Amino acid sequence: MNHQFIVFLKALLGSCKDLLPIILVIAFFQFAVLQQPMPNVGDILVGLALVVLGLTFFIYGLEMGLFPIGESMAQAFAKKGSISWLLTFAFCLGFGTTVAEPSLIAVAKEAAVVAASGGIIADTLESQLSYANGLRFTVAFAVGLAIVIGVLRIIRGWPIQYLILGGYVVVVLMTIIAPSWIIGIAYDSGGVTTSTITVPLVTALGVGLASAIKGRNPMIDGFGLIAFASLTPMIFVMIYGMVIS
Amino acid sequence: MDLFFEFFTTLKNTVIDVLPILSIILGFQLLVIRKPIPHIKQVGFGFIYVLIGLALFLLGLEKALFPLGKMMAEQLTAPEFIQAGEQVLTNIHWTDYKWVFIFAAAIGFSTTIAEPSLIAVALKAEEVSGGAINANSLRISVAIGVAFGIALGSYRIVVGHPIHYYIIAGYIVVVVQTFFCPKLIVPLAYDSGGVTTSTVTVPLVAALGLGLASTIPGRSPLIDGFGLIAFASLCPIIAVMAYAQLTEARTHRTNKKLEKRKRIKEEKRNLNRNNEAP
Repeated sequence: MNHQFIVFLKALLGSCKDLLPIILVIAFFQFAVLQQPMPNVGDILVGLALVVLGLTFFIYGLEMGLFPIGESMAQAFAKKGSISWLLTFAFCLGFGTTVAEPSLIAVAKEAAVVAASGGIIADTLESQLSYANGLRFTVAFAVGLAIVIGVLRIIRGWPIQYLILGGYVVVVLMTIIAPSWIIGIAYDSGGVTTSTITVPLVTALGVGLASAIKGRNPMIDGFGLIAFASLTPMIFVMIYGMVIS
Repeated sequence: MDLFFEFFTTLKNTVIDVLPILSIILGFQLLVIRKPIPHIKQVGFGFIYVLIGLALFLLGLEKALFPLGKMMAEQLTAPEFIQAGEQVLTNIHWTDYKWVFIFAAAIGFSTTIAEPSLIAVALKAEEVSGGAINANSLRISVAIGVAFGIALGSYRIVVGHPIHYYIIAGYIVVVVQTFFCPKLIVPLAYDSGGVTTSTVTVPLVAALGLGLASTIPGRSPLIDGFGLIAFASLCPIIAVMAYAQLTEARTHRTNKKLEKRKRIKEEKRNLNRNNEAP
């Protein structure tokens, strides 16, 4: 119990540290540059407390339940030798972790509000929800696919730069034909997808795989999964935008 | 009481959000690995904490981080602030928004320096490179990259340029750098783009962009509002590779210098020997 409490406190400290720079910068600008009292400061403080508390519970829970099981699974599949199961697992890992990614949930919701006010989708709660979910599942599918490609790359030993450069070319070509209102959110979706849940689990898979295969360097081959996971969502979100319009 | 009610609505949605990952783990464990889950009680509790945490976080996001980003955008672009005391001009130059850019850069720099996953990656890079890459310098260069990226992204929103020109130009820089960069750093650099934008930073930065696009005259949130995060994930790639190139160039130069010094010494010694010989 005592040990658990220390772990919890560590998580609390970590989320405070995440938030501290933001609070300092905003406070400095509010009081030194704008020189005005902060509007509805009470609401904001309650919200910030919720963010710290939420992030703490979230990370604590992840470290207690999800990470150990995810990591042991990733290593088990990396060593098992069956490529088809490994790829299935890789896809599911990318998909499942992205669907639950907090910042993606938040940004997709915001994107739906903007799209509704811009007249792209009907201005009802229902169509907003379906747009936000569509966006999330598109991104999750793209990340799943990215992890599959990344795992194949590690197994086959393909050099990363050609794949990434090829991806860039596809992104540029897609930009020409995609509707202009999806481009911003599509480019953003690459950075949004990879945070709290996805990065540790996916890195565990990559490094586990690279150390299980002979002749692979965990440094060179273990990294790079995240790079794919930030590239493919751009392409797929643009496709999603084309389908919707 | 309202807050309590809102919490339960969010919690209900969160359960639906997290369901896919739960079913994936259970499915693989029971159907493919076919072993009972180890420490099932602990895992179960962990899952409940994840649910509660996610619901609280999303609620706090809506109450604090989104409003904060939008509020800062509105305040920093308000005509009363940028033209304090002067008469209201009809023509606003982009340099009038300088505080917006400074704010954007400050948020980008400070959140990146404190980012835990970046610290981990930087330490790993230092270890692998045998100390040639310094973890702290790497962190600072990534932070400068993010700061510059978000500031540049805000500039784009202010002037209303189409985003893809900037991103494609960035890609070209990345491609050119890839060819001249030490090979070991390439995957790490590509990853750093995705790693630097944390769960707390993303919503705040997204809200900042949307706020800017909705307050600056002539911009629409739909077309101009998004894209700040894209800048924040592209610039670190460039910054990390640039840092690696600089370090390499420096070690190269010092090596050359050492060699030259050695050569001169040897020549002198030879000369002395020759002089003494006869």
